Amino acid sequence: MTAISVRHLWKEYGDQIVLEDICLDFAPRSFVALVGPSGCGKTTFLRILLSQEHATRGEVLIDGRPIAPEPDADRGVVFQRYSVFPHLTVLGNVLLAAELAEAPLSGRLFGARRRQAEEEARALIAEVGLKGAEDKYPAALSGGMQQRLALAQAIMRKPKILLLDEPFGALDPGIRADIHVLMKALWNACEMSVVMVTHDLREAFTLATRIIAFERRRNRPEEAARYGATVAKDIEVWPKRIAGTRNPATGVGGSPDTPHSPGRDDPATSSGTGRDDPALKTA
Amino acid sequence: MRLINVRPDRGTALVLAILPFALVILAYVLGSAERLALNPDDKLLPSFGTIGDAIVKMAFTADNRTGDYLLWSDTAASLGRLLAALAISTAVALVVGVLIGMLPAVRAFLAPFVGMVSMVPPLALLPILFIVMGLGEESKIALIAIGITPFLIRDLAMRVEELPHEQLIKAQTMGASSWLIALRVVLPQIAPRLMDALRLSLGPAFLFLIAAEAIASDSGLGYRIFLVRRYLAMDVILPYVAWITLLAVLMDFALVKARRLIFPWFGAAK
Repeated sequence: MTAISVRHLWKEYGDQIVLEDICLDFAPRSFVALVGPSGCGKTTFLRILLSQEHATRGEVLIDGRPIAPEPDADRGVVFQRYSVFPHLTVLGNVLLAAELAEAPLSGRLFGARRRQAEEEARALIAEVGLKGAEDKYPAALSGGMQQRLALAQAIMRKPKILLLDEPFGALDPGIRADIHVLMKALWNACEMSVVMVTHDLREAFTLATRIIAFERRRNRPEEAARYGATVAKDIEVWPKRIAGTRNPATGVGGSPDTPHSPGRDDPATSSGTGRDDPALKTA
Repeated sequence: MRLINVRPDRGTALVLAILPFALVILAYVLGSAERLALNPDDKLLPSFGTIGDAIVKMAFTADNRTGDYLLWSDTAASLGRLLAALAISTAVALVVGVLIGMLPAVRAFLAPFVGMVSMVPPLALLPILFIVMGLGEESKIALIAIGITPFLIRDLAMRVEELPHEQLIKAQTMGASSWLIALRVVLPQIAPRLMDALRLSLGPAFLFLIAAEAIASDSGLGYRIFLVRRYLAMDVILPYVAWITLLAVLMDFALVKARRLIFPWFGAAK
């Protein structure tokens, strides 16, 4: 159970203010989508959560403690590109997570422990839908399969927080819908919070429990540098999605066996008997 | 049709590839025949028959004085120096290059120094090497190593820096230490690039080898061609030059093949 709390966070590059006084609290197991126009600092914000960059002022707390100054195993990440290692096979990529954790000198596992880790890795690979591709190199995988692999690799370490930087931005819509199903299933199954940067509003509303929109309030050229982005919208998705549960109102939401929750622009699906439908209720 | 869209088929490509070689050989044969017709003792462009005799003498006849088969003993001496130098350079470049590429502190410490050293003309150092190390094997190996190591270091450091930053971040989020990142992420990806860098440095390596052997040596391919130059022995020099070229081509080819075999992911991932 990991709560993230961001206190009065500022990020400046020289004179350029990028993020301005961001205050946010993310509940444990939430799935937060960060949206906003290009260059509004949402990726910078994610990098600060990752400790790839550091806040100029303010602080980020995880479960009440300041985040580590460099990336660590508590926070997994999937980037839009270059998230997997091209010199390792699919199995090798996922196995690497276990090897790096358990063999600080050689970086390799042997014998029984290796077989056990390999089993875990194979199960995870099957879970993300890459069964049969264990011995392929990433270059032989399509973009969607590479991102599935990146997810498996990130989840192998069981991070408390999973950070996604436009992970599905380069995929075509069909593939993206498939991987959304997977993403939801993983979020439901794993004990983690997810923070995702996306520029696709539909994706944000399909997946997230909460949507944060960053926006620069002042964009005139002469004042743009001195005013950073702030939180313009903070939307809780309704009906509430709770990790690991099926949402009773719609029959969709959480659980991995439901393939789709309708996107915002999809035709409404029949939601069955509703509470405002007394006729049906009595029937 | 635009020239950029004209592609030769396989047969044509093969003919086109062979053509320059054939033309050079033809030009040589014609020139040689013309000169020999004027003066049968001409040494400048010997006939293929004379060259063949010289090859038999150098490669398949024991030398009167030493009892060695000269071509082979020369080849062994030269390749020994070359491979020793390449091994030393590779080892040094791998360690220093990866350190410079991965660690900002080491980069600040060493990169300007290596950049400066790489600009020293190695041949200008040869007299110093001869004075300090004597005329033996050490000075020749040192010349080749000094000649190519800075290039290899700089190339490798650049390749390391070129690795997508995302990979290093990702490895950190998987809990890897700097050492493990070097071992499991950087080194395996640098190795095939190192082999490519080695291929590019084969030319300079041979240059420094021949130069060192020409100036002070008692064996080696470079020593031999500079020795027989005194007798205008083109019939020995030409096959030696061809042999040196062939050796370099074979090493290049072997490095490509080995890279494809050992790192099958590399070609597709680039």
